[in-house]
Amino acid sequence: MASLAPTFGRGAMTNTWQDIKNANVVVVMGGNAAEAHPCGFKWVIEAKIENGAKLIVIDPRFTRTASVADYYAPIRPGTDIAFLSGVIRYLLEKDKIQHEYVRAYTNASLIVKDGFSFADGLFSGYSEDTHSYDKSSWDYELDDQGFAKIDDTWQHPRCVINLLRQHVARYTPEMVSRICGTPQDKYLHICDTLAATSAPDKAMTSLFALGWTQHSIGAQNIRTMAMVQLLLGNIGVAGGGMNALRGHSNIQGLTDIGLMSDQMPGYLTLPHENETTFEDYMKTRQFKPLRPNQISYWQNYKKFMVSFQKSFYGNAATAENNWAYDWLPKLDVPLYDIIRAFEMMNKGAMNGYICQGFNPLQAFPDRGKIRRGLSKLKFLVTMDPLDTETSRFWEDFGPQNPADSASIQTEVFQLPTSCFAEENGSLVNSTRWLQWHWKAAEPPGEAKSDIWIMSGIYHRMREMYRKEGGAFPDPILNLSWDYTDPTNPDPEELAKDMNGRARVDLKDESGAVTLKAGQLLDGFGQLRDDGTTESGCWVFSGSYTEQGNQMARRDASDPREQGIAPNWAWAWPANRRILYNRASADLEGNPWNPEKPIIRWSGTKWVGIDVPDYGPTVKPSDSIGPFIMNAEGVGRLFARDMMAEGPFPEHYEPFESPVPNVLHPKVRSNPAARVFPDDMAAFGTAPEYPFVATTYRLTEHFHYWSKHALINAILQPEEFVEIGEVLANEKGIAQGSWVRVSSKRGHVVCKAYVTKRIKPLTVDGKPTHVIGVPIHWGFTGQARKGYGANTLTPSVGDANTQTPEFKAFLVNVESVKGPEV
Amino acid sequence: MTRPKGTLIRNSTGTRLNHWLTAACFVLLVLSGLSMFHPLLFWMSALFGGGQWTRAIHPWIGLVLAVSYAAMIVQFLRDNLWSKDDIAWARTIDKVLANEEEGVPEVARFNAGQKMVFWSMTLLIPVLLVTGIFVWDYYFESLTSIETQRYALLIHSLAAIAAIIIWITHVYAAIWVRGSMRAMTQGYVTPGWAWRHHRKWFRSLAATGSAGPRPGKAADETHK
Amino acid sequence: MADLQSQDYIRRSATTLTPPSARSHEDQVAKLIDVTRCIGCKACQAACMEWNDLRSPVGEFTGSYDNPHDLDPHTWTLMRFTEHETDDGNLEWLIRKDGCMHCEDPGCLKACPAPGAIVQYANGIVDFISAHCIGCGYCVAGCPFNIPRISKVDHKSYKCTLCSDRVEVGLEPACVKACPTGAIMFGSKADMTDWAGDRIDDLKSRGYQNAGLYDPPGVSGTHVMYVLHHADKPSLYAGLPDDPKISPAVTFWKGLIKPVALAGVALAAVSGFLHWVIAGPNEVQPEDEAEAEHLLAAERSKKDGDNRYNADKPA
Repeated sequence: MASLAPTFGRGAMTNTWQDIKNANVVVVMGGNAAEAHPCGFKWVIEAKIENGAKLIVIDPRFTRTASVADYYAPIRPGTDIAFLSGVIRYLLEKDKIQHEYVRAYTNASLIVKDGFSFADGLFSGYSEDTHSYDKSSWDYELDDQGFAKIDDTWQHPRCVINLLRQHVARYTPEMVSRICGTPQDKYLHICDTLAATSAPDKAMTSLFALGWTQHSIGAQNIRTMAMVQLLLGNIGVAGGGMNALRGHSNIQGLTDIGLMSDQMPGYLTLPHENETTFEDYMKTRQFKPLRPNQISYWQNYKKFMVSFQKSFYGNAATAENNWAYDWLPKLDVPLYDIIRAFEMMNKGAMNGYICQGFNPLQAFPDRGKIRRGLSKLKFLVTMDPLDTETSRFWEDFGPQNPADSASIQTEVFQLPTSCFAEENGSLVNSTRWLQWHWKAAEPPGEAKSDIWIMSGIYHRMREMYRKEGGAFPDPILNLSWDYTDPTNPDPEELAKDMNGRARVDLKDESGAVTLKAGQLLDGFGQLRDDGTTESGCWVFSGSYTEQGNQMARRDASDPREQGIAPNWAWAWPANRRILYNRASADLEGNPWNPEKPIIRWSGTKWVGIDVPDYGPTVKPSDSIGPFIMNAEGVGRLFARDMMAEGPFPEHYEPFESPVPNVLHPKVRSNPAARVFPDDMAAFGTAPEYPFVATTYRLTEHFHYWSKHALINAILQPEEFVEIGEVLANEKGIAQGSWVRVSSKRGHVVCKAYVTKRIKPLTVDGKPTHVIGVPIHWGFTGQARKGYGANTLTPSVGDANTQTPEFKAFLVNVESVKGPEV
Repeated sequence: MTRPKGTLIRNSTGTRLNHWLTAACFVLLVLSGLSMFHPLLFWMSALFGGGQWTRAIHPWIGLVLAVSYAAMIVQFLRDNLWSKDDIAWARTIDKVLANEEEGVPEVARFNAGQKMVFWSMTLLIPVLLVTGIFVWDYYFESLTSIETQRYALLIHSLAAIAAIIIWITHVYAAIWVRGSMRAMTQGYVTPGWAWRHHRKWFRSLAATGSAGPRPGKAADETHK
Repeated sequence: MADLQSQDYIRRSATTLTPPSARSHEDQVAKLIDVTRCIGCKACQAACMEWNDLRSPVGEFTGSYDNPHDLDPHTWTLMRFTEHETDDGNLEWLIRKDGCMHCEDPGCLKACPAPGAIVQYANGIVDFISAHCIGCGYCVAGCPFNIPRISKVDHKSYKCTLCSDRVEVGLEPACVKACPTGAIMFGSKADMTDWAGDRIDDLKSRGYQNAGLYDPPGVSGTHVMYVLHHADKPSLYAGLPDDPKISPAVTFWKGLIKPVALAGVALAAVSGFLHWVIAGPNEVQPEDEAEAEHLLAAERSKKDGDNRYNADKPA
């Protein structure tokens, strides 16, 4: 969520699934909610039926979501920033912004440093050599006290709103249509519909998913819409928000618990190698308020960090050893992401791989490279409930996996695991709810839980370190491991660890004991930075208290029938259901939309149907902003230095694109993206590969899992690609016939679905054809064998997250007689 | 088979066997077909082991009948060709029905009534065969459209009813004209029977000294 | 499926007697499929397969999202997808859940020759009682919606039961339970018709002037109804019949012909009997034998060159 955090402060879906029903306009762009989230999509239907909402779909293909939309417009894959920058231009030009909100709740009025500039596709500070920016100019002008300067009158030429106006001026309707291929009338109709929600009592929700993230400019795609939503005053309100629909039941949990190579639980970040001391480390993390009186909640970073280290190392983490700071790994590169990992495997720099609940041969870009990388490993451990392609990468399955087993020396350990229904535990859904689930069945065969397997690996490694020493045994030997059954910790024990507990009797100001030593914390407000508290994941603090397992609550009552059931499970942070909900009320604390209030100021405190995302007794007159995580207290139209490629979004073409960047031909694609030389060499060009391809999921399947289930295999049995009628005619491709789709990296032979749902787009005056490549088939499971869409995809990722560019690349297509044998 | 001396061969052994094969098939088809035609007659499906067996066996019996009837056409076609005499005979049908001989033209091997039976069946059986195949779901479900099958079912039923009525007439005629049954069971008739009912045929046999069933044929049998 | 108490039958195939009619207060049920809020996710198909334990073979892709490609003995409901271009050049992807319509006047039941193989319950559900099915396929001919499918394995006819086993115990059909968007609803026919009215008003307000309810009068209405954006052209939705009726061929075959044919057969038999009584058998008389012998003798003598009998040759 590398775009929502820089904008609002937290990287998560802002509202709840149920809250979608309060929307007046639902925009689905960069996602296909009906297809990928059919159960959650009921709330969109509810919005249409009960709230008269209009559903707008913008997608390269006419999707199942489009089939129930009020309005659909096509767009070329990878051009969403151009489209949405045009929307921003439209809103500013037509003055369709919610003025009071923008002025008080965004950084529109703050003044940017003098050195900041943008010209010819590059922001100030770019270095050609490192393909990265010196971001020091991307910041506010500060006064003597270190506060950002402000001009509430918006007269200052360098106040954010004016810089933004200037930045988006190039995105005229003509330009949007020229880049995106969206017909101008459709584009303007959509601008008009969106603009209507600038009224204080109207809300628009943005539903998106991988259609935005899986681009080399993925994070900025999302940020552009986040800015649109800020301008329309749609963040924090009922029926509004930026709603990131997560693709796995627990992918929000993965983010929360920090399962990225640069993260720790609760959005704490791993130190970089040049942060050699705890003090260095803390310097850049405890955000000092950038405006007077702001909450700037990350000021408490040290409390979270120390409590985390105490949770990890217990008594071994002391003030004297800087809370065991030295035992933390330090990053020598920004990110050890999957693209880098497989680059390292291919280069022989990584020779062992523990692959837990992942299927890289199917899921990662440029399958040939993945297979070559796995083939060079000394060992591969797979942990999965299913017989994944990755575990069988070494086996010859014909053209779908032409492996030469004899030449592969990788030793593969295939460890079957239980699945979610075979164990107790919690899942964090898109809307940040931690929902406890109970075991429904015993795991089959030899399957064991991931906890059991990881505990086993840990204990054996610890024994080896204990006996043999080793280079740096301390982090392993000092790890706190206090469980009833150390070989198989109970999920409830782990949940309590994450919630955290008092290590001594905690007392309030009067000296009364509020929490006895060893008791579970009520919330992260009790965390301290002196080692007297511990919490494995501070944002989860409050999920398992002395009152019991809050995640197991199942009271669905919804007092206003407004989609907020406060006693159903538990939502982080602090059981808040709608983030930034202070912004649902005006400056005096009265709801913008009296029909759908969330919280309001009673005169003494904030009251309403949700936990205030705000100081519960902070008076409106204190002028404290609603975005409490941000040092400025407001939402960011200008992202300061938090994005790799610029504080404002800019349209860059995908790395494989059929057209030049008409805005700035010299800077065609994301200048801050990291591209490995071998991957660069594997990019195709339009003369060879003239068609734009995009990959996606179908309702009938869940990623690469459900092809193992017979019913799903029956419902969508065989690999295919979607080709528009016009292109099919040109290429002599008949309905349901065999085609060969190739990119510079590989080819797929499968059936063609010739469809009216993909129409050629006129991009920069030329017809552009889009080919749709669903991803679900592989060579294990019950469905027919397939090559997998990622045989075709390029190995390049977003500059912030390294999420691969699966959604826009180049291919060729030709008719063939039949399948390869 | 022994044939009393002096009698005439009305139907050869092969013909009789084929006739009874056809007859048996026809009876089974009538029973199974009617059981599926009208709820009042569904009980007849019990004779075949129940509805499923009835449904399954009916088309196969139909195929056997189609083959045997084709053979019957070969056996009987020549003697069933229409002639002017048949019209004259048909005009005297009232006398025929009244068992009167006077004024009824002489008849060759088959009279016009018998020929009507022959030709009706020759027309109806192919119709039943074709429409039956159209509605033989197990093998030919996708051969024709459902709409075609609807009309095939209708035509099949109508043709079957027509065939049944003709068959009743045929059976009754065999009962009514005494000696006919033996002509198809044992195969022979007395010269008097031939004289009375098929005098022209009788004359032609007599003229060639043949014992039947066709002039000049089976002369060897004459002396048995 | 489940053979409910026979007092629940209001119609029973191939049965000439009046069905039990004591239960006169049972509510008519209906499933309402709101095509305009269906997202084609096939949860209904999956639920149907799970509840009824049905599994077709894993098929092939043939150029549409319709999978399996047609109804079959293991596929009682099926999403059918139609890409439709409107007159103003906009695309619509019409997605219809196909399956038995549970006609008020069921053509399958009318055509069925096997007593009790097809029944209609008092709540309107039309059900196939497999124990009595003879596999003849007449129901296929009787159905105006092309729904029943005969198994090649067990020679029984299959179709949606409207989960009669679930409805019997007060549950909704499995597809209704599984539908994530509420596009499939279940209740009394009156309630469903009312609700459809609200939906149609909403659709009209969104510009679908021809939105309407599909409850075709040609089969006296159905217990599965659709809300359509284009109720004026149902056939846009993967060939949903515009004006379904039981084919006249079937009506004629199962109507007038049955009694007339039996009467004809009976008449033929009775005629023969009466003829026998009135005219009696036609027996060969001794004179016939004499005449015949006379002729034979004459022929023999002719052959022998003796002309004595020539003068006595019968006329």
